[in-house]
Amino acid sequence: MAQITLSNLAHSYGSNGLHEEDFALKAMNHVWQDGGSYALLGPSGCGKTTLLNIISGLVTPSQGRVLFDDIDVTHVPTEKRNIAQVFQFPVVYDTLTVRENLAFPLKNRGLTASAIDARVVLIAEMIGLMATLDTQARGLTPDAKQKISLGRGLVRESVNAILFDEPLTVIDPLLKWELRAQLKALHRQFGHTMIYVTHDQTEALTFAEQVVMLHEGRVVQMGTPEALFETPEHTFVGHFIGSPGMNLLDAEIADNHALIAGYSVPLGARYATLAGRTQIGIRPEYIEFSADKGLPVQIQRIDDVGHRRIVRAEAAGCAIAVSLAEGTALDATMTHVQFVPEKINVYADDWRVQGKVV
Amino acid sequence: MGKRQNNTAWLLVLPVLILVAFSAVIPLMTVVNYAFNDTFGNNQFFWNGWGWFEEMVRSERLHAALGRQVLFTGCILIIEVPLGIVVALNMPKKGFWASVCLVLMALPLLIPFNVVGTIWQIFCRVDIGLLGRATAALGIDYNYTNDPFDAWVTLIVMDVWHWTSLVALLCYAGLRSIPEAYYQAARIDQANRWDVFRYIELPKLSGVLLIAVLLRFIDSFMIYTEPFVVTGGGPGNSTTFLSIDLVKMAIGQFDLGPAAAFSLMYFLIILLISWVFYTVMITIDPQEGR
Amino acid sequence: MSLELQGVARVVDGQMHIKPTHLVLEKGTMNVLLGPTSAGKTSLMRLMAGLDTPSQGRIVSSGTDVTTWPVQARDVAMVYQEFINYPAMTVYDNIASPLRLKKQSKGDIDRAVRATAEMLQLSSVLQRKPLSLSGGQQQRCALARALVKNAGLVLLDEPLANLDYKLREELRAEIPRLFEASGAIFVYATTEPEEALLLGGNTATLWQGEVAQYGPTASVFRRPSTLVSAEIFSDPPMNVTPCTKRGDSLRFEDGTTTGVWGDFAALDDGHYNAGFRAHHLAVSSPAAPAIHLRCTLTSREMTGSQTFLHLSYAEQRWVGLVQGVHDIAVGHPIDVWVSPAHLYLFDLAGRLAAAGSGTS
Repeated sequence: MAQITLSNLAHSYGSNGLHEEDFALKAMNHVWQDGGSYALLGPSGCGKTTLLNIISGLVTPSQGRVLFDDIDVTHVPTEKRNIAQVFQFPVVYDTLTVRENLAFPLKNRGLTASAIDARVVLIAEMIGLMATLDTQARGLTPDAKQKISLGRGLVRESVNAILFDEPLTVIDPLLKWELRAQLKALHRQFGHTMIYVTHDQTEALTFAEQVVMLHEGRVVQMGTPEALFETPEHTFVGHFIGSPGMNLLDAEIADNHALIAGYSVPLGARYATLAGRTQIGIRPEYIEFSADKGLPVQIQRIDDVGHRRIVRAEAAGCAIAVSLAEGTALDATMTHVQFVPEKINVYADDWRVQGKVV
Repeated sequence: MGKRQNNTAWLLVLPVLILVAFSAVIPLMTVVNYAFNDTFGNNQFFWNGWGWFEEMVRSERLHAALGRQVLFTGCILIIEVPLGIVVALNMPKKGFWASVCLVLMALPLLIPFNVVGTIWQIFCRVDIGLLGRATAALGIDYNYTNDPFDAWVTLIVMDVWHWTSLVALLCYAGLRSIPEAYYQAARIDQANRWDVFRYIELPKLSGVLLIAVLLRFIDSFMIYTEPFVVTGGGPGNSTTFLSIDLVKMAIGQFDLGPAAAFSLMYFLIILLISWVFYTVMITIDPQEGR
Repeated sequence: MSLELQGVARVVDGQMHIKPTHLVLEKGTMNVLLGPTSAGKTSLMRLMAGLDTPSQGRIVSSGTDVTTWPVQARDVAMVYQEFINYPAMTVYDNIASPLRLKKQSKGDIDRAVRATAEMLQLSSVLQRKPLSLSGGQQQRCALARALVKNAGLVLLDEPLANLDYKLREELRAEIPRLFEASGAIFVYATTEPEEALLLGGNTATLWQGEVAQYGPTASVFRRPSTLVSAEIFSDPPMNVTPCTKRGDSLRFEDGTTTGVWGDFAALDDGHYNAGFRAHHLAVSSPAAPAIHLRCTLTSREMTGSQTFLHLSYAEQRWVGLVQGVHDIAVGHPIDVWVSPAHLYLFDLAGRLAAAGSGTS
C-alpha cells in the first residue's frame, strides 16, 4: 500500500509536444492518499487511460515524475511496481483452475505452498469463488472470470495499488450491484489504494471517495462525489455528472440576482461583476414547479424512469430538464419553474465563480 | 419480393458439380472397379472380391512403405510445429521488419513442388551443388544418392525449409490476436517467459496449432513430388514413401489391381485421421468460447 | 405492417434456445426486449429478421406467412452493438447504400441521405470515412443507414452498449424521436431497465429463451406478472424476502408482523415471496403506515445526490436507494420502512398474487 504522487506530470504521444494541445495529458500535480479509493472519470479520449497506464508503468510520461510513497518509479517497469490490475475484459489463465489462477502471482514470488494455500482460500472465500475453486477457468461465466482477475490482484498482501480499467464492462446490470458491493467491502477490509477508471458516472461516484474528473487531458475537478454533484468547478463536470446533467443557462449576473431573458432569478450568494460568458447552473433535482413564481415554462415531454420522472421543458427560451420524485402531481396550472437559490452555481467562461454567502 | 429462397444460385454451381464428377468421382469409381477385379488386358475383367485388399494388407513391401511414411510424417511434425512456433514468437510484431519477415516467410510457400525438389536436388549434389561441395570441403561424408541416412536428412531439411513458414505464419496470426492485456497481466503477476508461453500463448494457439498439424499431416503423408525429384525413392527403397511406392506399383509394374486396392486404403487412412482431427477440433471449440 | 410470432421456437443442437413465443408487434410501435446476456434477445431478433428459421411456429407479416422467407426478401433493417459500417465508403455513401441497392434515382437518394443525416446530426461529416469518426458518430451512421432504408421492421440489438455513458444518454433521448418520425416497427434489445423505461412503448422481459411478460413498458414495470419479470426489470435489483400470510396479518422472516388490507386481504393463507424496489425503502419512519424491518448495513455507496444502501436482511441481500447523502455507519443494524402500497406478493410458483395500491 502506498501514497501515489504525480509531480508535474504530463504526457504527449509522438513528438515532443511544444504546444499545450499536443499533450494527451496536461501538466498535473496530485497526491493520492495511501488506502484511498479514487476514480478517474471522463469520456473516451479524455486521457484517463493514459494516466492509468502511466501509473501502471505501461507508458513512461514525457514529463514529470510518479512516486509511490517517496520512491520515484517513473522509469520502473510494470512488474517491479508491485501493483495489481483488473482489465476491461476478464484476463484469466484459461487452462489453469481457479485455485491455480489465484496462486499464480504468489507462486511466481516464491511463497511456500502452505502460505499460498491459506491466502488463496481466504481470498476465494471473500469473493465467493469457493464453489468453483478446482474448476478450469475457461468454462466460467464472464463475471466469475472477472472475479478471478480481481482475486489475483487481492491475493498479494502488499500491493502498492490496485488499478481497475472499466472492470464492469462485460457484467450484466444485476451482477454489477453484487460486484460493486464486494469491491467496497474488500476495500474496507484490506485498505488497498484503489484507482478505478471509468466513463460511467454511477460506477465512479459509488466506488470512490475522491473522483478525478478529466476533460480533454486536464483534471477539471478532483473531489468527493458530493462536491462534484453540488459544486461542479467546471460546466463540463456539471454536464457530465448527474443524469440528466446540470441545466446551464446563459445569464447576466448582477450582485445576488441573475437575469435570464429579462427575468430575475435570485441567487444564494453575492457576486462581483464578471467578465466573459456568464452562465448559471442548476441541477434538475433543484427545480420546482409553481403556478406563478419564477420563469414561465412550456413542458415538452415527460419521461418516466421508474423512481422519478424527468420533465423536458423550455424555460425562457432555454431547454431544461426537471427531475420529479415518483408520484409527484403535475397539473396544468404549473406554468412556472423556480430554482433553489442556494443550489445555483455561477460560471464565467465555464469555470465556477465562488460567491459571497450572506 | 420472392416468396421462397432464391434457388438460382444452385444453377451456377451445376457446372462445377459436373466437372467434379468427371475429375474426381468417375476416376475414383474406376479405381474402385480395378480394386475388386482382375484383368489380363483387353479390357476383360474378372471378379476378385477382397483379394487385392487381403494381399495388400499382408504385403511386407506395403508395411515397410507405411513405416517409412509414418516415420517421415512424425519427423516433419516434431520438427516443423515447434520450430514454427519458435519462429512466430520471435518475429517482429509490427513495423517495417514485420512486413519483410512476412514476405520472406511466404516465399518458399509460393514455389511449385517440383521446382523445390529440383532446387534441392541441385543444391545438394556433391559434384556441382553448393551444399554438397561445402560439406565435401569440410570433410563431411555426405552423399544423398548413396547413403540412406543422408537421403532422409536431405528430404526432411527440404520439407522443413519448404513448409515451416506455413506453421509459423498461422501461429503468428494466432499470436497477434491475443489482447495486450494478457501480457500486461502476466508482467504484473511476475510470470517468466516460459509461463507466458505455457499459460497464455499456447492455450490461445491451440486452435490454430491443430489446423497447422492437420495441414502438415495431410501434406507430408501424401508427399510425392519432392522425394521423387530428389531421390526417386532411393537409395534402394530407403525413401520410397507410400505414394512413390503406389506409383511404382501402378505405372512401373502395371499391377493395377493391387495398386487400386492400395490407393483406396491409403485414401481411407487419411480420411480417418482427418476425421479424428476434425472431431477433436469441434470438441475443443465450445470450451474456447467466451 | 404488423409482425406476428405464432408459437415460434428455435432448437439448436437439441437445446431449446427460444421457447414457443407468441408476440404481436403492431405498426408504429416501439418494442423493447429486456433481459440479461444470453436470455435470447439476439436469437429472437434473428428469427424476426429472417436470419434464422424457426424450428416450429409461424412468422406472419401483415397477414402473409413469411416464416421461410430469407432476410433479403423481408423488409427489415438492423443495427448492432458493434459499429458496423462500410469502412471504405464515406458516410454519405454508407447512408446511400441501401437506397442504391433499391435502384432509386440520384435525386431521391440525395434528398433522403441529407434529410436522414440532418436528423442524426451527421451533416458535417458526410464526406468522411466512418473509422475517422468517434464511436457515437459511427453508431449514428449505422442508425442512419437503417433508418434511410425506410424498412417496416427496424431491429436494434443493444445499439448503445459500446458507447460512453453520456453519449448513451444523448442517443437514448433521440431514438424515440427518430422512431416516431419513421412509423416502422422498432424492436430494441437491451440489458438495462432504465433504457427500457426511457424508450417507452412496449416491453417484453426475456429470461432463458422465454418471454416472461409483454405489455406497455410502464405497466410491465409497475405490475410485473412474475417474480422473474420483476427481477429483470429492476435496477437496482428487486428486494425479495419470504413471508407468511395468516388471516389478516403478514409475517416476515425476522418475526415482524403487519396487518394486511386491500388486495392482500383477499389472498389465501400460506407462504409468499414479498418484493419491493430499492427506491421504495425508507430509512426514516414515513407518515403513512409502513412495515418496519431491521437490517444490517453491509456497505454504502453515495453518488452525490443519492445513497445506495447495501443491506442484509435474514438470508437476503437488499439494496436501498434513498435521496440525499446519508452517512450511516457500516456494519451496524439499521431500521428501514417499506410501505405496503409498494409491496408485491408472489406465490411460490413465482406468479404475482397481489400488488400494493401504489403500484398501478
